[in-house]
Amino acid sequence: MAKLKKESESHKLGMHAEQLAGRTQQVFFSPSADENFVYHDSIEVDFDKVAEIDAGPMEIRDVNLRIRELMKEGYGTINVKNPSAKHSLGVGILNRLNLNFEGSLGYFGCGLADGPNIRISGRVGWSCAENMMSGTIVVEKNAGSTFGAAMRGGDLVCKGDVGSRTGIDQKGGTIIVGGRAGAFNGFMMQRGRIIILGDAGKNLGDSMYDGTIYVGGKIEDLGVDAVEGEITEGEEKWLEAKLGLYGMEAPNGVKNLTKIVAGKQLWNYDNLEPSEKKLVL
Amino acid sequence: MCGIAGLIHRGKSADIGSQMTSMLQALKHRGPDSTGYALYGDKGTKDYIMRFKVAEQEDLATGFDIHDIIIDRKNTVDERLKDMKVKVKDEVQVTEYAHRYTLSFDGDLKRVIDFVEDVEGVEILSMGHALELIKDLGDATVVSEQYKLGGFKGTHSIGHTRMATESDVDIRSAHPYWAYPFNDVSVVHNGQLTNYWTNRRDLERRGHRFMSDCDSELIAVYIAHRMDEGDDLESAMKRSVDHLDGVFTYLVATSNQLGMAKDVMAAKPMVLYESDDLIALASEEVAIRSIFPHEIDTFDPYEGEVRVWQS
Repeated sequence: MAKLKKESESHKLGMHAEQLAGRTQQVFFSPSADENFVYHDSIEVDFDKVAEIDAGPMEIRDVNLRIRELMKEGYGTINVKNPSAKHSLGVGILNRLNLNFEGSLGYFGCGLADGPNIRISGRVGWSCAENMMSGTIVVEKNAGSTFGAAMRGGDLVCKGDVGSRTGIDQKGGTIIVGGRAGAFNGFMMQRGRIIILGDAGKNLGDSMYDGTIYVGGKIEDLGVDAVEGEITEGEEKWLEAKLGLYGMEAPNGVKNLTKIVAGKQLWNYDNLEPSEKKLVL
Repeated sequence: MCGIAGLIHRGKSADIGSQMTSMLQALKHRGPDSTGYALYGDKGTKDYIMRFKVAEQEDLATGFDIHDIIIDRKNTVDERLKDMKVKVKDEVQVTEYAHRYTLSFDGDLKRVIDFVEDVEGVEILSMGHALELIKDLGDATVVSEQYKLGGFKGTHSIGHTRMATESDVDIRSAHPYWAYPFNDVSVVHNGQLTNYWTNRRDLERRGHRFMSDCDSELIAVYIAHRMDEGDDLESAMKRSVDHLDGVFTYLVATSNQLGMAKDVMAAKPMVLYESDDLIALASEEVAIRSIFPHEIDTFDPYEGEVRVWQS
């Protein structure tokens, strides 16, 4: 896990609205900072050392094992050809690594990533980057539903359209969608940010605890307890910088993104502990 | 869980038997209990093709008499067809309990169907000019070899691999379902319907028949009912998205159309590939990739979406 900091660039920019009182799980990972290595068995890899895997004739497990073998041999850049929409490729990588998939992934691709920079030239199926902790994952085409479910850190980018329930239960990090997003995006999200440059489907941000959603296109409707907020100057800078990292732009400028936050009017936002709640009830 | 798949070739015939087998075999992990095909062969004949079974596969293990009983049932079907002045032009016994008949008839087909199905243990799986519905226990390779589906030429097809959850592992609960009594209409479904019994009782009061307790059959009967009321396929499907409760993605095929519908929560997956001459869709992209080894652009249809394509 990356080093926990109470102060960060985002706080300086005035973007601390998502911090729940008394605690934070926000993690700011920098791929260039050595101190971010935390796993005792992290591997020193050389990004200039390049290897290739042809996943076409291989079983899923063998592809994932081969990625680990190559990392242990010091390869810092691995290109996987012919992933052929197989499921669960590139999962559980807890190390710095440049991993390129030349094609599409099936379901549950790149889950639990903590550190790697992953690029997928095709599409990803449901539940890509589930529980992602840090690093970057960039999908050049479309993504299925539950994109970035329970994500905790890092940047997850889909340059095309995504399905429903993107960022469900998101707890940190940033999800960027270049196109349209389906229904129930940000459902029960707790922290982090979702940026949707196209249209968003119904029930956007339903029951969100915290976090922020920005939408460039039309919003079909808002979910329970999701309300519009005002974009600060700091956010504008951050949004431009963040989108610029991936060569993306808001369709009408970041000033015209619609910001959605939690209204915090649901029952779980009172001051009672669960035991006290029982007494009241 | 279940897996569903569909493909439609625009303006040409292809080896849909082998293609659908590849797609369904790639989805085997979503449901290995049974596999079913609705294959739409080349049209141009006034003859009907009737696929029917006279027993369940498991019945064969119920005693020594079952083999004679099966023969008796088949003979009774033949007698009843003769009584209804239906000419059997060709017949193929595919398995001990499954048959394919080519029929010539120009009367009230529903009466014939009801009369035949009145024979104990007999179920007509499909009736139509183009549709041939095949389903049995086992994975796609097993069923395809058993029913010799490799090389089946046609324009479009839908298929299903079943993970039995709410009804038994048998042929009557396997998909696809034929939308009795409409010729050439079939349905496959992935999901659960939560207002099944309410709708079933309503449709039964209106004279429709159910052959199983599988909730997916409701979609076929519902679509048949709506078409009987004058809806076209797309209108019937759009109405179903509001009317049916639960989580579902389903595919419907007619003699010249293929349609898909997703529930309003998009809780069940569907991946779609669309080109000028072919549409392929499935619960997982691996199924589509099984007939396209090269990279293709695919996407997920959205919640509440209904799409219909022509062959």
